[in-house]
Amino acid sequence: MPQSYPREHIEDLVDDNLDWNQLRDMMSDYKDADRFQTVRSVLQERVDWDDPIIIPYADHLYVVARSEDEWIIKCECGHEFCEHDQNWKADALINVRDTEEEYLEIYPENMHPHPEFMELREFFCPGCQTLLEVTNVMPGYPLIHEFEPDIETFYNEWIDEPIPAPEQSA
Amino acid sequence: MRREKQKVHRKQERSDGIGWDGQTLREQFETLEEQTERTDHYAGLEELELKKEEPIKYEQMFSQLRGDLVNARETSKEVAATPIVEQEGELCYGLFTPEGDSIAVSTGIIVHIHTMSEAIKYMINHDYEESPGIEPGDIFVNNDVDVGDVHACDIMTLIPIFNDGEIVAWAGGVNHVIDTGAVGPGSMNVSQSSRFGDGAYYTARKIGEDLELFNSWQNDYPDKTRTPDFLKLDERTRMTGCLMIRDAVNEMIDEYGVETFKQLSREAVEDGRRGFRNRIEKTMLPGTYRGASFVDALYEGQDNLTRTYADENHIMHAPSELHVREDGSFQVSFEGANKWGWHPYNCTPAAIQGGIWVMLTQTVIPNANVNDGAYYSCDFHLPEGSWANTQNTETAHAYAWHFLVSAWAPLWQHLSRGYYARGFWEEINAGNANTSNWLQGGGIDQFGKLHAVNSFESACEGVGARYVADGEPHAAAIWNPEGDMGDAEVWEMTEPLPFLGRAVKPNTGGAGRRAGGAGFESLRTVKDVSRWLLYEMGNGYMTSDGGLFGGYPAASGYILNAQDTDLEERFENGEEYPQHDLDPESGEFESKIDGEITRRPEGISTPKQFDDYDLYLNYLRGGSGLGDPMERAPEDVLSDIHDGYVLPRHAKQAYAVVVEKVDDGPKHNSAVQGEWELDREATRELREQRREQRVENAQPVTEWMEDERDRILNERDLIDDVKKTYESSMRMSRQFAEFYREFWDLPAEFGFDLSEKAETSLENRFATGLKRKWNNPTEGHETWWNVGRDDEPAVPYTWSADRSITDLSGPSASFGEATPKRATDDD
Repeated sequence: MPQSYPREHIEDLVDDNLDWNQLRDMMSDYKDADRFQTVRSVLQERVDWDDPIIIPYADHLYVVARSEDEWIIKCECGHEFCEHDQNWKADALINVRDTEEEYLEIYPENMHPHPEFMELREFFCPGCQTLLEVTNVMPGYPLIHEFEPDIETFYNEWIDEPIPAPEQSA
Repeated sequence: MRREKQKVHRKQERSDGIGWDGQTLREQFETLEEQTERTDHYAGLEELELKKEEPIKYEQMFSQLRGDLVNARETSKEVAATPIVEQEGELCYGLFTPEGDSIAVSTGIIVHIHTMSEAIKYMINHDYEESPGIEPGDIFVNNDVDVGDVHACDIMTLIPIFNDGEIVAWAGGVNHVIDTGAVGPGSMNVSQSSRFGDGAYYTARKIGEDLELFNSWQNDYPDKTRTPDFLKLDERTRMTGCLMIRDAVNEMIDEYGVETFKQLSREAVEDGRRGFRNRIEKTMLPGTYRGASFVDALYEGQDNLTRTYADENHIMHAPSELHVREDGSFQVSFEGANKWGWHPYNCTPAAIQGGIWVMLTQTVIPNANVNDGAYYSCDFHLPEGSWANTQNTETAHAYAWHFLVSAWAPLWQHLSRGYYARGFWEEINAGNANTSNWLQGGGIDQFGKLHAVNSFESACEGVGARYVADGEPHAAAIWNPEGDMGDAEVWEMTEPLPFLGRAVKPNTGGAGRRAGGAGFESLRTVKDVSRWLLYEMGNGYMTSDGGLFGGYPAASGYILNAQDTDLEERFENGEEYPQHDLDPESGEFESKIDGEITRRPEGISTPKQFDDYDLYLNYLRGGSGLGDPMERAPEDVLSDIHDGYVLPRHAKQAYAVVVEKVDDGPKHNSAVQGEWELDREATRELREQRREQRVENAQPVTEWMEDERDRILNERDLIDDVKKTYESSMRMSRQFAEFYREFWDLPAEFGFDLSEKAETSLENRFATGLKRKWNNPTEGHETWWNVGRDDEPAVPYTWSADRSITDLSGPSASFGEATPKRATDDD
């Protein structure tokens, strides 16, 4: 029952260097209490910018502190999207896959959604062109704001740690 | 048994109930609910005294119960004759408190742990103690969805366990039966429009005393199914397991004493509740998680519908919102879900709660006490009158899973987003598979008997991609974590449908940095039958399981049959015949068979006649992908081709990986002939080009939104089925309507213009109103009760742009106010 893993082990998790047996053990075992801070710290070392990471938000995306009271969603490549409680997708690039021809690039014939019933919305980072999210929705559906983290409650009530701010990151 | 009954009768003579300390069971249940509400702890247990004082004994007793339940399942499933139970293990057992909360569970289709809980509570709240009586040796059966079940084919047996004149527990078992006596053959017919075509419903009925089945029951149910012999053995299976559990409980009471057993049963549930909340606080982030899923149910133009007004298409709309609150409470809302329909995919709260319970216990608390403690940790808002909570005893539910499995797809992603933010990346999973196709049918079989089939190859599907690894191919279905595809030879013993081939199906898992697990397919023919029907059931025009973090959704389904074929001549002449349809575009299937071939992109068909040597493709779906496919290692894409997971043309199109065929030699698998090599330099160049193309082809979301607003305002390129779905959700939910209009900046009175047929359909269904089954709901039902009012649902809804969870005053839930003290346990 590990209270925590060695930092090197978490670095290997972040860098995709663990083999299946190690990952399987991590799944079966009890959860380490300091995981969040270790992962956050490892990720902070991996990015090329200095803004302190508040939380990893999604693959390639972070909520970072630009100042003590300004938290934004930022891509690993450095592109800055929006305030942390806004939907980053509104500032992304979009391609909508809604024709038979476009569907056939990904799926064989008859194995894809009907374009009149469902479209695939592909959201790209304007900075690095990475495909950050694909949503499958009915035509006409609003943008989905998937995640609104309650950062204050998390830091203040759940882990009892100060929320990272620029002056603390030095 | 007789002595035990005499004790109960003596209590009754004193006007005492069968509950503890002379209470009636209903009084005992009401007390429990009151204590739970008042203290925020199950049964008022603020301290886990047994666990604290004698932790080893506590763990020993719980583990022993768990072992006894698993033993009951493993032993009793050998009694059954259907591969559904014997091969797939579609059977589970639970041990329940007298009030109906599960204490411990077996393995298997554990969705039913909570549905059995609802059935017991129904009996308590509807005064079964008075009539028909609850006494030692009684046997009860239920498969009524409005009481507590997912669909009619899951039949449950419940027996009370008594000690010294008091009820101390219930043993319950469920299995999936092969035929329910519905309007069409099979356990989940699809052509009916209302409950009256679902098959025989048995509403929490007493069917025996003194552990003997009533003569009236034994003369009743066998004629309500096409497969009476199988159902008789299924019933003996469930009875065997329940009696093994009863004996195990009696032995435990003999060893530890009844008071210790009672204490354990209470503490185990509270322990499970705390374990769940504690795990949420340890692995998730507080906040709001949102998603939406859809699935199609296409009935326009289908044959054999039981009502002409059912001749229309349906789309399920499942807006999914999860609140993880400051106190670790877990609230799920489906506000905005659209109206139920004249199809058999409607759900009851027991189905939704049971289904989500399985998912949560398997993913969130695999190490904790798995029981109804998890149920007590969650609140559900299921809009009344929607497909998720019809509250209408006219609606059909035969395959509620079609909507249920599709609707919970976003929940995987909610959890995964939380795990990502907390750094528990090994737990992240993109989603699940749509657990279809369902091969079903029946008629006169190879033994000349009336028979029905329900192939549970669907217990084996691809699983969604993990963050740290590809999804498991052809693995299991979410409703049965132990499921698999079963042996072909065993299926052939009970189904007159010989296998021509069985193989991994390419491109079924969603593309991504981590690929979704692939599904598989079986090509079946028909042999030695008469007046035989078959039909398909699954998603077709929509994919219900989305990708995560840039991964693509899993592929959707299609139908492929061939009738009036030349297969017999091909066998006689030793000629080639189809074994697969691995690449639907290849023309290979059509090149190897002559006949009337049906190939269409829908997923559902109503029963149609099949004769000897006709062909039927059973295609089991894959899981969704995770991450940008262009980040997948090119070597892995090459392996995908050789392993039969990806067709070579899609290496370039979906993954921007350039491969070349270098020889025709080895046949690595059924899908790919030959050896392929990776061109690394060309791949690098192609991936650079593809990134540039992405920018060229894409547009800023702000621009796109202006175009979309214009499209919606002018109802341009929006089909009637889509508009009907929006209208249905807007009429169901003031909150969703306001959100939709606000998001697109539409006029306050905006609504879609519908065809006369669509408008009539909506009006008819809304006018049908509510026809409730429960006259006396439990306190725990309050989160979904009274929904549809104009005021705020019990679980709040925050989709509107200017509202977030942080604006809400505090947890508003049936479980009371915020927990004063943080839950703790050993986890």
